[in-house]
Parts: sequence; structure tokens; C-alpha cells
Amino acid sequence: METKSIMIVGVGGQGSLLASRIIGNVLLSQGFDVKVSEVHGMSQRGGSVVTYVKYGDKVYSPVIEKGEADIIMSFELLEAARWLSYLKKGGHLITSTQQLDPMPVITGAAKYPENITDKLSALGADVISADALSLAREAGNAKASNVVLIGLIASKMDFPDDVWTAAIKQCVPEKFLELNLKAFELGKNIK
Amino acid sequence: MNKLMLGNEAFARGLYEGGCKLISSYPGTPSTEITEFGAKYDEVYAEWAPNEKVAMETAIGASIAGARAFCGMKHVGLNVAADPLYTVSYTGVTGGLVIAVADDPGMHSSQNEQDSRHHAIASKVPMLEPSDSGECRDFVKTAFELSEKFDVPFIVRLSTRVAHSQSSVELHDRQERELIPYEKNASKYAMVPAFARARHVVVEERTKKLIEYAENCEFNKTEYNNSSIGVITSGIAYQYAKEALGDSVSYLKLGMVNPLPVNLIRDFAEKCDKVYVIEELDDIIETHCKKLGINVIGKELFGFIGELSQAIIADKILGKKTEFTEFSEPVPVRPPVMCAGCPHRGLFYSLAKNNIIVSGDIGCYSLGSAAPLNSIDSIVCMGASISALHGMNKVDPGKEKKRVAVIGDSTFIHSGITSLINISYNATNSTVIILDNSITGMTGHQQNPTTGMNLKGDPATKVSLEELCRAIGIERVRVVDPYNMAETEKVILEELAVEAPSVVISRRPCALLKYVKHKPALKVDTDKCRSCKQCLKIGCPAISMKDGKACIETTQCVGCGICKEMCHFDAIGE
Repeated sequence: METKSIMIVGVGGQGSLLASRIIGNVLLSQGFDVKVSEVHGMSQRGGSVVTYVKYGDKVYSPVIEKGEADIIMSFELLEAARWLSYLKKGGHLITSTQQLDPMPVITGAAKYPENITDKLSALGADVISADALSLAREAGNAKASNVVLIGLIASKMDFPDDVWTAAIKQCVPEKFLELNLKAFELGKNIK
Repeated sequence: MNKLMLGNEAFARGLYEGGCKLISSYPGTPSTEITEFGAKYDEVYAEWAPNEKVAMETAIGASIAGARAFCGMKHVGLNVAADPLYTVSYTGVTGGLVIAVADDPGMHSSQNEQDSRHHAIASKVPMLEPSDSGECRDFVKTAFELSEKFDVPFIVRLSTRVAHSQSSVELHDRQERELIPYEKNASKYAMVPAFARARHVVVEERTKKLIEYAENCEFNKTEYNNSSIGVITSGIAYQYAKEALGDSVSYLKLGMVNPLPVNLIRDFAEKCDKVYVIEELDDIIETHCKKLGINVIGKELFGFIGELSQAIIADKILGKKTEFTEFSEPVPVRPPVMCAGCPHRGLFYSLAKNNIIVSGDIGCYSLGSAAPLNSIDSIVCMGASISALHGMNKVDPGKEKKRVAVIGDSTFIHSGITSLINISYNATNSTVIILDNSITGMTGHQQNPTTGMNLKGDPATKVSLEELCRAIGIERVRVVDPYNMAETEKVILEELAVEAPSVVISRRPCALLKYVKHKPALKVDTDKCRSCKQCLKIGCPAISMKDGKACIETTQCVGCGICKEMCHFDAIGE
């Protein structure tokens, strides 16, 4: 099988590391060669954060380059716009509708673009957007929006549900498990 | 059993399986997790040392005492540990000694982009370079054996993409090893000139043997495909090349990057019509080839700066570009910022407001250099804030009352203490602010000698910053709570005015620490808000303007109250 590439983008602190680890473990359990690339340190401090998940018969480079991602999963709208260039022609762009102003917008040095999802669709991306933040709150904690989006991505990939829940169990601490499994369900049922 | 593991976790697994008995490191991105994962194995003693030099010397001691030992650090950490490195090369080892150095091409979290292979060459210490997690585990285990066989420490070089990428690793059992019995051998271990002269001869002989070993070793592999193009590469660059070029070219993958083989490279080059050297950062392999008279193409195509990638290689060698679509309008950058509730925020605002020149240091607080705070003037390396302030004040004492140094608790212990002794001993009226957030923050919350806990999470001796500063001759030491912005500013201005060296300890634990209890998120009373944007001047990521009024994002706000102190109209409250 040709190598497939999933990119997870968001703002430092939104839980992209956990999301990439869950997806990585799902893929490993399905017998794929998997590489997951993370960013630690300075960029985690509220900056634009990107992690890569690649899988196939044999994966070499752990990073994804422009025009290579089959799926981009974004926790924040501006980040979806920022990383659009990494999407392959015909790739899926799954994004939360959450908006977080970056410092240049806060200080007034730049403007947050309007109607990002429409503009992304107009550029030919297959955009699936969801209010992951509200669904995460419904599950019990706003921080679980990452797992809501995992539910959404699961509905676009062909693996049985129990494989996903097993990976969530593997990656999430016991006391947060129930709420994350609920977040996963809510994400999976987004139409 | 196969497990998805970070390169750093696999490295720790290799230490465990290889019978490592002692780990001593100082945190530094991207090397930190080797030691954190290593500490999870009960059979291995693991600690955070105050700095990399201490860590390496501790590991050297463990090796002399007969155990397999390890120390890990980032590239700039190896500069700190260079002193012991260059001489342990002479003494060699008893128990196997492995050193990890993690380079950071692209500077994801570093102040420079140095290539650590230069240290291996200069210290005449062999260096291996794995290209994925599986190789991390394997190389480390073999490195212990080779360290004992060749009587030399082995450096294993990582780069960010190897250290922080996960791939599948097969788990094996630990090989438990008894201590090698200690025997006094001063001519090998006591490096006085007479003994060191004899040891230098040993070093040069050993290098010859290592070159011979490199010619046929398991780390250096050839893959012959098409003979029109040959690629000589190592580490993560091999993975990029393989992805970009596949089986259309031949490869010489060098897993041992110091010393480099001669005949192996010659033979490979002779079999290929055109040879490229693909290596990140400096031209070490390329220069070696050119010294041997082998015609290769390298840095003229790939340059010395930043990370390589499959896209760069496909473009430069095959002229192949991947199509992509950019977003249709400018996307504002999102630089890293101090977290909501960061105890450093108000302090930097006060320093900027008073036009104070700030000699900065390495840690989260280096973000005080960014807009809108724009506070920090200079940052060089760990500890330099204090020593540089002393130098500034010596040559230009007129600005003494307008200058401070800022340094974190962990960085102060790492190498700020000796700098402060210089201020005390050589007398400048310098004002040093220790930003004590009770943790090593930037690298992801590691304990240090001021936190009262050790790497394993057990209680440990807590170094008192106040008593330490007084003991080295600083009589004026004051402690403030940076959440009280007005008081903190007042104390700093008072200490700047005094004709004596002084230390202000700005003490408040990092807001991200699990034990820190947050206050409820603050709210803006939109009737009282006059849209003056005063609260935006502190650069808090939780505050922005919505519909013309200030707005606090409740998922981020921890109720620190700095914005409340900023507001002149009492518009912010619980």
C-alpha cells in the first residue's frame, strides 16, 4: 500500500499530541508501518503546532510536505487555513470551528480572516467542519475537542469502532476515559 | 512485542536492555524524554543533574566504577559538557559509557543550529547516528558493547525528527550486568601531563582501529540499485532521501558518522556515475569525501541552513515539485506566547514600561522578547544573563540603574550561580531577577534542585535560592509575588536604585503545574469596558477584542488577575 499521510494541526495546548498518538496506535494495531512526528518545547507554548501521522507498507520520512496530506485534521480555523497548502488534491480537511486569536490579531497588527470554511471549500478542499468545542463540553470537558475530532476522522477511515476505543483506552488516563469515549461517540455521529 | 515509541523512548529502552545502571542528564529539547523514560525502569538509577557538565562527570564516575552509564543532552548542552568529553576521550572507560546529543536543525526550540558532529571529531570520540526509533534502541545497545571493546565513550547523535518521531520498536529483555571490578590505574584515569601524553598516543591508535571498524561495521550499509546516481547520507536525511528517491538510486547509509570510513566510501563512489552527499547542517561527510579526492555534490545544492525534507531532495535531484494550493488571503502568524496565567507576564510588562534593559536567558521567559511585551534585549546561552549584565555594568555604569538580568530557577542553578559570584566578587551594583516558577518549564516540567523533588518524584533536598545568594555575598535578596504587579515593580525599582548588588526572587509556580489551583476565569463587564485595549498590552492569549470590547476566553483564563490590575475602569472581575 502506498503511504498515507494525516496531519494534525492546532494551537499549542489543544491536545494534538494525544490525537496523533491515538491515531498512530490504531494504525499500528492494523498491521501498518507507522511513523508519528511530534513537536515539543518552545512551539508548544500557544504557537501553531503540527504533528504528522504516516502509515503504509513501509514509511520512510516522518514528516509531511506541501501537497502530501490525505487528511488534515485542524483544531482551529485559522490553522486550517495556514496548513491548507499541505493538503493533497482531493484530500479531506476536517476542522473544528473554534477560533483562537493569535498574538498579532490580539495586538491589532493583523486581522483574523472571515468565513474561512467557505473560502477553504472555494479553493477545492473537501471541508468537513464541526463545533467540536461544544460537543466536548457536552461530553464533560472542553479539552476533549481533540477526541471529538478523532471520532469524526474515524467515520472517514475504514477501521472498526472497537479498534479506536482500544487505542483511546491505551492513550488516555483511566479517570478521563469515560468522558473521552463519550467525546469520541459524539464526534463519530456528526453528520 | 512491537510498540510505537518516540526515538527518545526507544533510546531509553536501549539503555535499559543494554544493562545501563546510571543515567544523569540535564533536560534540553529534543533530548529530554530519553531520561524521563529511562527513569521509569526501576533497574536503572536516573537523575537530573544541575547541568550537563555535572551529568557527564557523574556518568564518567559510574563508568570508572565499573557500570554501564549514560548522560543525555541537547546540542548546546554538549558545549557545557565539552570539558569532560575531551578528556574522557583520553582516559577511556571501564563500564560502557554512552552519551546522547540531540541536535535541533530548524531550531524548533533552540538558540542556535550547531552540528554536534564537530565535537565528536574534535574530541576524537566515535559517534553513531540512528535514523528511526528501532535504530535508536539497537545502536544504543551496541554502543555499550563497543564502548567497552574500544575503551572509549560512544556518542549517539539524534536530531529533532528522530528524537520526536514515533515508529515501531520490538521489545527485548534486559541483560543484567555485574559491575566490572575496580582496579586502581592512575596512568589511565589520572590525567596529569605525563600520563596524558601517553594516553594521547592511545587515542590516535584507537582512532585508526575505529576507522578500520567503520569500513565493515553493521552501522554502515550499502544498497545498490541503479548505478547512475549514488547517495551518501546518514540519520534522518537517509529517510528523506529514501522517500524522495526510492529504489531509483543507490545508497551508502552511514550509521557511524565519526570516524568515517575511507575504502567503503571510495568503493561506493567508484560504482556510481554521480554521487550526492545528503546531510543536514554542516558538510562533514562532503568534506571527508573531497579530502579523499572523491567528486561529490552536496552543499552547493542543499545548503547549510535548517532541516532537509523529501520535497527539497526531490526538487534538487529530480527537479520534481508537488502541486499545492495556498489559502487565498494572508494568514496571521501564530508565534509561541507565554501561557495564560504565566507568572512572568506582569513582570515583563513592568520592565518594558520602565524602559529597563533586560539581559535575558534560556527558558520559557525568553518569550518576554516577543510582542507586545518586547522586553528582553539579549539572549546568548544558559547563565549568560547575569554575567553579561555584569559586563555591561562594568563598561557603562551610567546605565546600571536601568538594567537587569532575568534568569529562571533551573537556569540559575545550571550556570547562573558562578555568574552571580562574579557580580559579588568583582563588584557591580547589578540587579538580578530570578524568575522562580518552581520547575524547569520550557522542556516540559522537570524537577530541579530548587523544587524539593527529584526525577523519580521523591522528596529531595531543596536548595534555598535566598540562602544561596546570601552565602555568595549578595546581601540584598528580596522575594516578591509576580501576581502582585504593583508591589513587584516597586521592589525592582527600589533595588535598581540601591548602590549594591541585589537579587529579586520573583516566586510563583508555573500555572501549568498540576498542583497549582486555578481561580475562576475572569469576565469583562462590557458596560464598563471603554475599549481602551490597555488589557491587551500584557499579551495574554486569553484576551482579545470581540465586537469592540475586551473578551476573556474562559477555557484558557486561570484567573491570575494581571489584566484586572491593568484595567483603569474596573471592567474586569470574577
